[in-house]
Formats: sequence, structure tokens, C-alpha cells
Amino acid sequence: MTDTVIRAEGLGKRFIIGHKVERDGLLREAMTTGARSLFRRGAEFLKGRASNTPGETEEFWALRDLNFEIRRGELVSIIGHNGAGKSTLLKVLSRITEPTRGRVEINGRVNSLLEVGTGFHPELTGRENIFLNGAILGMSRAEMRRRFDEIVAFSGVGKFIDTPVKRYSVGMYVRLAFAVAAHLEAEILVVDEVLSVGDAEFQSRCINRMSEVAGSGRTVLFVSHNFAAVTALTRRSIVLEGGVLTFDGPVDAGLAHYTASLGKPERIRHWGRGKDATLISAKLVDADGAATENFTPGTPLRLKVVVETTGMPGMSLVAILRDHHNLPVGLYSSASFSNIPLPTTAGRYECLLSLDPLYLAAGEYNIDLQTTSTAIVVDHRVDGAVQFFVNACNPGSVGYDFRQDQGAGHLALRLSAPLHFESLSTEEAPSLHSDRRLG
Amino acid sequence: MNSSDRPFSTRLVLEAGRADRQYWQDLWRYRELLLILAWRDVSVRYRQTVVGIVWAFIRPFLTMVVFTVVFGHIAKIATGTTVPYAIVVIGGLLPWTLFSSVLGEASTSVIANANLINKVYFPRLIVPLATVLVVVIDFAVSLSILAALMIWYGVVPGWQILLLPLFVLLALLVSLGPAIWAAAIVVKYRDFRFVIPFVLQFGLYVSPVGFPSSVVPERWRLLYNLNPMVGIIDGFRWCIVGGDSPIYLPGFILSLAVAAFFLWWGVRTFRRIERSFADVI
Repeated sequence: MTDTVIRAEGLGKRFIIGHKVERDGLLREAMTTGARSLFRRGAEFLKGRASNTPGETEEFWALRDLNFEIRRGELVSIIGHNGAGKSTLLKVLSRITEPTRGRVEINGRVNSLLEVGTGFHPELTGRENIFLNGAILGMSRAEMRRRFDEIVAFSGVGKFIDTPVKRYSVGMYVRLAFAVAAHLEAEILVVDEVLSVGDAEFQSRCINRMSEVAGSGRTVLFVSHNFAAVTALTRRSIVLEGGVLTFDGPVDAGLAHYTASLGKPERIRHWGRGKDATLISAKLVDADGAATENFTPGTPLRLKVVVETTGMPGMSLVAILRDHHNLPVGLYSSASFSNIPLPTTAGRYECLLSLDPLYLAAGEYNIDLQTTSTAIVVDHRVDGAVQFFVNACNPGSVGYDFRQDQGAGHLALRLSAPLHFESLSTEEAPSLHSDRRLG
Repeated sequence: MNSSDRPFSTRLVLEAGRADRQYWQDLWRYRELLLILAWRDVSVRYRQTVVGIVWAFIRPFLTMVVFTVVFGHIAKIATGTTVPYAIVVIGGLLPWTLFSSVLGEASTSVIANANLINKVYFPRLIVPLATVLVVVIDFAVSLSILAALMIWYGVVPGWQILLLPLFVLLALLVSLGPAIWAAAIVVKYRDFRFVIPFVLQFGLYVSPVGFPSSVVPERWRLLYNLNPMVGIIDGFRWCIVGGDSPIYLPGFILSLAVAAFFLWWGVRTFRRIERSFADVI
């Protein structure tokens, strides 16, 4: 069958972004703007209506005029930068949020997987959480019972199945969560970036499992930054940029289109918000504090990051350095590496993150920034927040350019002591030594 | 997958402002999720507490003791009946506790489940409805106080006691409207998180919990019944002590009408705000 299962026509989604006070949804602002305004707002919220007056809010179109069709059994990846509208699109398709313009027609049952372990409760045991999570994802109890043993086996949690998950290690927790998700079956499966959790071995098992699902004639929509997974799982790509569909076609061409768009100098993006700590802006700066796109190997890597926090204690600022294949090169975490969490007084802060000199190979790099509350709970995440280039890398000033695309890694390794070759030839060695001593 | 497991409707149109015609159908289809969420809340509620579900018993019991001592023995409120004051109080306290727990728990239920709202679709009404089931279990436990008091004072209930389940249902119906309204409005205006506990505290004294509603002067009585809990509490007492605490019928009907209005208004408000839950939560 090749009938259409999803048809989007002129699909648009607008968010109203209020200024800080409105976002809090508190009366404080209303009180300061006078009694009349307070009464007006009072009357409005009794009616449950929004009370935003013009000038206090701004509009933001996360999706603009999308038109596409997806046929039964198609495997489609949606790619784009952070803030390009991928997740919003998935949320619209899975009925979590309503479109502002246009329409979507869906034929079939959509099950969405926007996060692993949705609704997991720390006090409940692994067994209980499997049933809870399954029900939340839309599986029936009969279905769950049938698949229960399979899920437990897949998770590898084994004898801890009757232990409350709050006693699990992070790894076990994620495995269990993914095991349930991996057994979710639907006519139309919508999957957000969920393969980025777990270790490499577990990830590859997940990808295998996903391709089994995909191979059985189901329609799959898949968002990921993981190029390997995108290529392995999907045949067609939809590329979003700033909420606009810029490419729709075979997956290889889609990835090429996406990679090309990375190099565009002006990326107007919306970074969204975190719950407790929001990244506002970030740039690479030189020694004088001026913004730059170029990094000179062997100098400190300086990032100026503006972050807004609600004052939640224990929040960490995390930076992940990535190469031009989007593979991770290195990690910095303020709480874990330096024991410096974000300030606990609410407000907006600027900080200069000055990292030890690195001899990075020439090429393009991206830095993902995140704020995290614990080791795995990411509060706000901006992939590719900072992009920079290393024009040349000649660590010994010898005139040799070490490049990323040589496939020999990203770091020029440096000596900690002068290199000295000592001969180990058995016959001549003693005399050489003695000669030198004499000399 | 066996598609006969869950016969989901196959065609769906998503559009701005489109009233979802399948909403009530969906609510029925997702009944399993409703039960599971209720089960989750019940099984988590008393974990790592020493006395567990006994808390459901302790709170209304202590409130009753305080009322009996303060109003019955110190202030000596005249109840106009031969029924022991403790029984008058518990007859009002049980439905009131049911109401205030439903409203209190449901009002924060949607924001407490923000992680679900943001990540999966289901008819959002399930969330406040699930908290109602949890409260009902607590209520069932606290009924034992009533039974114990009736044995202690040797009060023999009449045939009216058989109607008690009906009044429990009515009490739930009365609570549901404000609870659903509050659950939605709190998402938008977190202020109501602070307003509701205050309203509930206030309501305890405004409703005829510590006194029978017959102490209200006759000409104010109909007006008094605009508080829908008045009719319900009267009904409860009538079930327990029968003719000694008659129901004021016009008032009772008014209470039910007010409750029906709140239910309609609550659902309507919820349905309207619900569409933007994921955007504002």
C-alpha cells in the first residue's frame, strides 16, 4: 500500500514569547501597573483568557508554511539545527500542541517517543515503571504483559527489576527506559532524538531494534543529530531551517544540504528556554574579548556565555566540543570538573569560560552548550551554540598543517619534554656513551 | 501489533481551534491510562511513611477532635438535636474533606504532570480525574471514623444510610467542577496555587461543617445553599442520623444546580486552556 498517512498543508506554529514577568504568570506585574489593569486581568483570568497586552510579548514562528506528504511504510528523518522546528513539528504531529495555521491529516494511529522514560517515577520499581511508562506511551496492558519478558531481557536490568528505580545507576535507568520505548509499536512511529543516551553498545542495539521496527512496514519519522543512525534508519530526509522546509528528498542529499547550511554565517535561531537555567547567548572571543570565528591553536579557548538562572542550586554549565562530523572531541562541565555550579541568586549572568590551550587540528568545530541539573538531566540544550574554525595547525612552527580531515584525530599531541633519541644498538652503544662522556 | 487491541480511529485532522470531536471518545479509550495514573499516585503516596494509609484516617480524626472540643465543649454550639456533636461534625467533615482534597490535589495535578503533558498526547482531563480516584481511596479509609463513632455513641442509622453512596457521588460531582477549573487555570496563573488552600481553609468555616445548616436563619437559607457543599453536607448528615437532620429540599436542589453549573464551566474552561497546555506549562 502506498497511500498517504500524513499530509501537512500550510502548517504553521506560532509561540507567544512573553517578557519575564508574564512568563512567570504572576500577578506582580499586574499590581504595579495599577488597579484598573489588575481588575481587567482579574476578570480575564477568571474567564481563563490570556492577559497579554501588545508590546509585552513577541511572536515567534517555530514552523512556517510546511507542506509535505508521507506515505505508508516510509522512513523519514527530520534534520535541522537546534531551534529549526524539528521538535515542534513532532509535537504537532503527535497532538501535544496544536498548529496555529494550516492543517495536518493523519491516517492511522500515531505513537510518539519524544523522550525515553516519560513519566518514570523514582519511587516505583522497575517492573511498575515498565507498566506505567508503557501505558503512558499508549500500549495496552495486554500488549505490555505479552512483551514484558522481552523488555526486561532487552534492558539487562535482570534481578533489579523489583528495586525502586531511584536506586538504579544512571545507566540502568536509561536502559530500562529505552527498553520500554524500543518495544513500542505503532502504525506511525514518531521518534525524537532519543538515541543519544546510553553507551555505544546499547545505542547500536537500539538502532538495530529501530531498524527492525522500520523494516516491518511501519511508517517512522525520526529526528536525530546522529548521522550514522539517520543513514542507517531512513531513506528520505526533510531538512528544516528556521521553521521552513528547505529540502525534502533522499537522505544522502538531505545530509549534504544540512551540512552545507551549517557553514552559513548568519544563523538566526531561537534557542528556546530551559526550566531553571537558560542559555541566552554564547560567542568565542579572542584575548581582548572581541567576538571571533577563528581559533588559534595553542591559545586558551575563550567562550563568553550569557546564562539566566532561576537560582536553582546545583545547576551546571556544560560545553561539548565537536568536530565537523559532529563527533564529540571533549567535554567541560562546571559543576563536575570545577565544582562551580551556576549562581544561586536568580538573574542573568555573563561568564568567561577560558579553557586550557588546545592544539586543535585545522577545520571546523562546534560547541554544544547545556545547562544540566544532574548528570543526565539536561535543562537547556543548544547544539552548535558556537561555531568556529581553526585555519591552520602547525604545533611546532615547522610549517606543517595538521588537518581534521586527515582522519588522525583532532589534537596535535605535544611533548612535555624535549624529544631525545637514545641509540639501543648493542655493539656501538657503550662506546658512543663513553665518547660523549669524554666529549 | 494486534490492531484489535485498541481500535483507534484511523483518520484525524489537526487544525487550529478545531474542537476535537473525538475528545470524549478518546477519554474512554484512555481509561487504562487513567487507572494507571491513579494507581501510580496511590502506590507512591504513602511510600516511605511510617504509618502509611493511616494518615488518611489521622487528619480528619484530629480535625474532628478539635472541632468537638472547641465548638462542642468550649463554645457549646447548639445543634438543636439529640445527636452527639462529634457525629454532627464528622457528618460534615467527611464530605468537606472529600471536596477539599479533590480540589487541592487536582488543582496542582496538571503542573505536577508537566513532563507527561509535554511529551505525550492523551486527553488532559485524565490527569485531574486520576487524582479524584486517589482521594476516593483516602475517603473510603476515613469512613471508618464514622463507623467507629456511631458504634461508640450507639447511634443506629436508619434506612437513609443506604443512600450514602449516592451522596458520595454527588459530593464528587460538586468537587469535580471547581477541581477541573482550578487544574486548568493554575497552569496559566500559578497564583491560584496560593489562592486555593486559602479558599479551602475559609470554606471549612463557611460550610456547615462545625454546625448544622439549620442554625442559619430561614430567610437566608436558600442563599446559603449557593455554596453547593451545603446541600451535600446536609444530605450526608441526613443519611447518618435520619430525621434528626432533615434535608432542606429547595436548598438542596439549588446546591445541585450550582454544582452542575460549575461542572459545565470547569470542563469548558479546561477544554479551552488545555489546547495550549504544552505551550505554557
